[in-house]
Amino acid sequence: MMRFLLLFSRQGKLRLQKWFTPMSDREKKKIIRDMTTMVLARQPRSCNFLHWKDLKIIYKRYASLYFCLAVENQENELLALEVIHRYVELLDKYFGNVCELDIIFNFEKAYFILDEFLMGGEIQETSKQIVNRSIEASDMLQEDDSSEWYEVELFG
Amino acid sequence: MPAVSKGDGMRGLAVFISDIRNCKSKEAEIKRINKELANIRSKFKGDKALDGYSKKKYVCKLLFIFLLGHDIDFGHMEAVNLLSSNKYTEKQIGYLFISVLVNSNSDLIRLINNAIKNDLASRNPTFMNLALHCIANVGSREMAEAFASDIPNILVAGDTMDSVKQSAALCLLRLNRTSPDLVPMGEWTARVVHLLNDQHLGVVTAATSLITTLAQKNPDDFKTAIVLAVARLSRIVTSASIDLQDYTYYFVAAPWLSVKLFRLLQCYPPPEDGALRSRLTECLETVLNKAQEPPKSKKVQHSNAKNAVLFEAISLIIHHDSEPTLLVRACNQLGQFLQHRETNLRYLALESMCTLASSEFSHEAVKTHMETVINALKTERDVSVRQRAVDLLYAMCDRSNAKQIVAEMLSYLETADYSIREEIVLKVAILAEKYAVDYTWYVDTILNLIRIAGDYVSEEVWYRVIQIVINRDDVQGYAAKTVFEALQAPACHENLVKVGGYILGEFGNLIAGDPRSSPLVQFNLLHSKFHLCSVPTRALLLSAYIKFINLFPEVKATIQDVLRSDSQLRNSDVELQQRAVEYLRLSCIASTDILATVLEEMPPFPERESSILAKLKKKKGQSALPDIDDSRRNVNGSTEHSEITDTTNKSSPSLLKDLLATNRPRPSSFSPIMHFARTMDSTPSFTDMLSLSSAPTAGASLLVDVFSDSSTLTSVDVSEEHFPRFVCKNNGVIYENQLLQIGLKSEYRQNLGRMYIFYGNKTSTQLLSFTTSVTTNDVLKTQLNVHAKAVDTIVEGGAQVQQILNIECLSDFKDAPVLGIQFRYGGTLQNIAVKLPVMLNKFFQTTEMTSQEFFQRWKQLGAPQQEVQKIFKANHPMDTDVTKAKILGFGVALLDGVDPNPANFVGAGVIHTKNTQVGCLLRLEPNTQAQMYRLTLRTSREPVSQRLCELLSDQF
Repeated sequence: MMRFLLLFSRQGKLRLQKWFTPMSDREKKKIIRDMTTMVLARQPRSCNFLHWKDLKIIYKRYASLYFCLAVENQENELLALEVIHRYVELLDKYFGNVCELDIIFNFEKAYFILDEFLMGGEIQETSKQIVNRSIEASDMLQEDDSSEWYEVELFG
Repeated sequence: MPAVSKGDGMRGLAVFISDIRNCKSKEAEIKRINKELANIRSKFKGDKALDGYSKKKYVCKLLFIFLLGHDIDFGHMEAVNLLSSNKYTEKQIGYLFISVLVNSNSDLIRLINNAIKNDLASRNPTFMNLALHCIANVGSREMAEAFASDIPNILVAGDTMDSVKQSAALCLLRLNRTSPDLVPMGEWTARVVHLLNDQHLGVVTAATSLITTLAQKNPDDFKTAIVLAVARLSRIVTSASIDLQDYTYYFVAAPWLSVKLFRLLQCYPPPEDGALRSRLTECLETVLNKAQEPPKSKKVQHSNAKNAVLFEAISLIIHHDSEPTLLVRACNQLGQFLQHRETNLRYLALESMCTLASSEFSHEAVKTHMETVINALKTERDVSVRQRAVDLLYAMCDRSNAKQIVAEMLSYLETADYSIREEIVLKVAILAEKYAVDYTWYVDTILNLIRIAGDYVSEEVWYRVIQIVINRDDVQGYAAKTVFEALQAPACHENLVKVGGYILGEFGNLIAGDPRSSPLVQFNLLHSKFHLCSVPTRALLLSAYIKFINLFPEVKATIQDVLRSDSQLRNSDVELQQRAVEYLRLSCIASTDILATVLEEMPPFPERESSILAKLKKKKGQSALPDIDDSRRNVNGSTEHSEITDTTNKSSPSLLKDLLATNRPRPSSFSPIMHFARTMDSTPSFTDMLSLSSAPTAGASLLVDVFSDSSTLTSVDVSEEHFPRFVCKNNGVIYENQLLQIGLKSEYRQNLGRMYIFYGNKTSTQLLSFTTSVTTNDVLKTQLNVHAKAVDTIVEGGAQVQQILNIECLSDFKDAPVLGIQFRYGGTLQNIAVKLPVMLNKFFQTTEMTSQEFFQRWKQLGAPQQEVQKIFKANHPMDTDVTKAKILGFGVALLDGVDPNPANFVGAGVIHTKNTQVGCLLRLEPNTQAQMYRLTLRTSREPVSQRLCELLSDQF
């Protein structure tokens, strides 16, 4: 299973954190520090895999953002790399040419999209169409809701 | 701010995020955040009810602040409100906040569970998915208790939507991982297996994950999955790439599902049924064939997905370890990858080949790639790839290539990255020992290791070479000669001095015939290193000197002079001084016969399991290390075993078995002279005493254990054995071992306490450098102030010293401070840690009240979270007087005539902390027939009720 996913910038600024097992805030902070220093120190054109404690770390850089995924030991590294890529594709589809700023300003959306794709540290739905459809569907719900909101605000 | 604003943009949130991004400094950021927090707090507390949108916006801001790394201690209630809303957009934010911020032991779980229950029952798939996600995210025990039995029904119900089935499967998987005992197995398990046949590949993928985890635990219950998995796989791998529509990923058919199915099959041995087996073999062959086809796309995603499936298929082939052709094909495929231009593939090929090397069918095939791997070691730019190469060389090593591989590893060691040096040293040491045909090569190799990477040679390694030399008399002369030569180097590593001192002390006589290495030359050589060495090494050298006195009477006078010098006899280090004194005395008074007996050559070490191997395993984690001992038994193992047996002498039948166990005393061997001197009358056999085969007595190990000085510092177990005894009393002995007794007396008034600690030295000698410290963890620091007065640094033999501790309780707390004690005894540093019995109930003041008052208060504290109740079995005889005494000792007033049932006990008290006072009512109902108690506590603060209940319920 996957244990956590971190997105951070080249400067080491954390942009998204997803933990699939419960962990104390202290442990989280330590892991974030370890991951950013370890991954940012890697030379370009190194391989995308690292061993860290009993986990495998799979990381990849997209533009200014590093995606760093930790999986348990028996998991398939190459496919983990594609988990990252599929998530990037989903973000890209949603935001249209996604950039770091989209994730900063719409962090809650980035979490929702991730939740449609992964769950409990396992892949939930690999079909891009299905994930996109359900994200769009929930956006539709949101739009309905918000129109209702404005009415409330207008008349309330 | 980006233009994108799908759904409902929350303008206030975006503005806030912009503000934060524009902050020039950390201080400015914190200031802006505090301003926002104050604003939100006032909105939440304000009189005007907030509408859903504002609530959502503020909760989102809090979430953002939390994700920036700041603590958030409010807003949970508002999030729970959002969660319970009927509006999707609010619910979604509520769930997000809870998933990110709520840890499993939150007080809110009950409220959240309620909302989840409603959503699960709503039959609205979107709501159900949100609820299932939340359960999977939080995954706490309480949630498992509440929902573990419902989710299987959702999963297998005929009318459940596909997306909900997927969530339910993965949610169940999560609960099974965290609380397996709460997930009931039953009729649903059979139906889950049939989800492998589902039309919807997303459902199949999620179900496969669930089944794999369940099958790992109960393989027999899920055997039927094998047929279905093979059938499914076969359909996928033979499908044209477009058949699976959106489940095709860059021209690869359902890579995620394929990998999961291969993984599921790795829970089982190869199918017994012939037809099924050949169908699976076909699948595997198809995957191997596809690897040879030209790629359908140049994109790296295509090759990654394709090779992911290939590597997983190879894992299954290795797991089955039964089809030689497949294994060899797999090996050839990986061989191609070893030279691939993609670093990732080279890395994975090296890793995968490690496991192949342990199969009898493919071991030889792996060996053919040795040159490539050695080359990788020299040319790869990435240290993690080089590390895999080292692993693979280690795994493919056998008698035929050991010399070459060890030589390559040694030469790599000279330039290896510091991070992996220790591991390489261990590996070289193991290989050199395991495949040594002539032991001169072994000795040379280890000395080379020390020369090249002395700092990374752990104690296990040099202990080991000494043991082997002692156990094999054919190599002793060579070893003595070699270490003698190695010591000639002007700067040699301290580890070499240790090995040299030990070996010359034992076997220096074997080379003493040569005038170039006469006794005096040997001694002068060793002694020239003496002053550059650390204390443990010097101690070892002193022992070597006394051994010399026995071996070479002609240097006795020289050595006695050295021992007699001020720098030895008056050395500030107790251990060195004592050795010098005792050795000198021994050499003066003992007759030659006695000396010869006492200082006899070390007896052979008993055979034990490998400690170096154990260390390596510990370093790498069991799974990462191919076990070269067990797995290759069929091929080379058995034959090698007998070969070695033939070449070794009779006293050590197999060198494959390591001689040194991890947890036995180290060969500080000839040091227990002092122990010897003390116990001479009572112990008849000298050799036995010097032998390391017998477990040392506690006292002896203190003396012998000179090497362990600082290593024990970090890992001291905190003694809490007597802790519970102090819940209801204030005085007594909290700790005792053979050196030290620690007694306590304490008194408390309101929120202040004073504790007198008495340290009693049970020995007749001084305890030196005696220091104590009281530590509280980060949480406790904010709740409890503990100030310890200084204590003397020397505790005389048989004496007792006192230390005073002042304690102030700031707010209610759960943990206890730890008292750390450190001192030197007989040259050894002792570390003790004791959990101090400072508990919340110590700050009780009794409260007397009438029956009427009591019940009035009792009713006031009626909210569910204020009450804690526990029903438990009696651990002690149920004696009324004893119980009364314990309740009084706990700190509350016993109220007679309050409870209508006179057998029950009722008490009341107030906990005093600096910040608040917490009133507490308790009731204990004994049931003598069932030998049970029911304890009920009501206080205005839930953590207080919890903690008091924990403390008191252990006492009866």
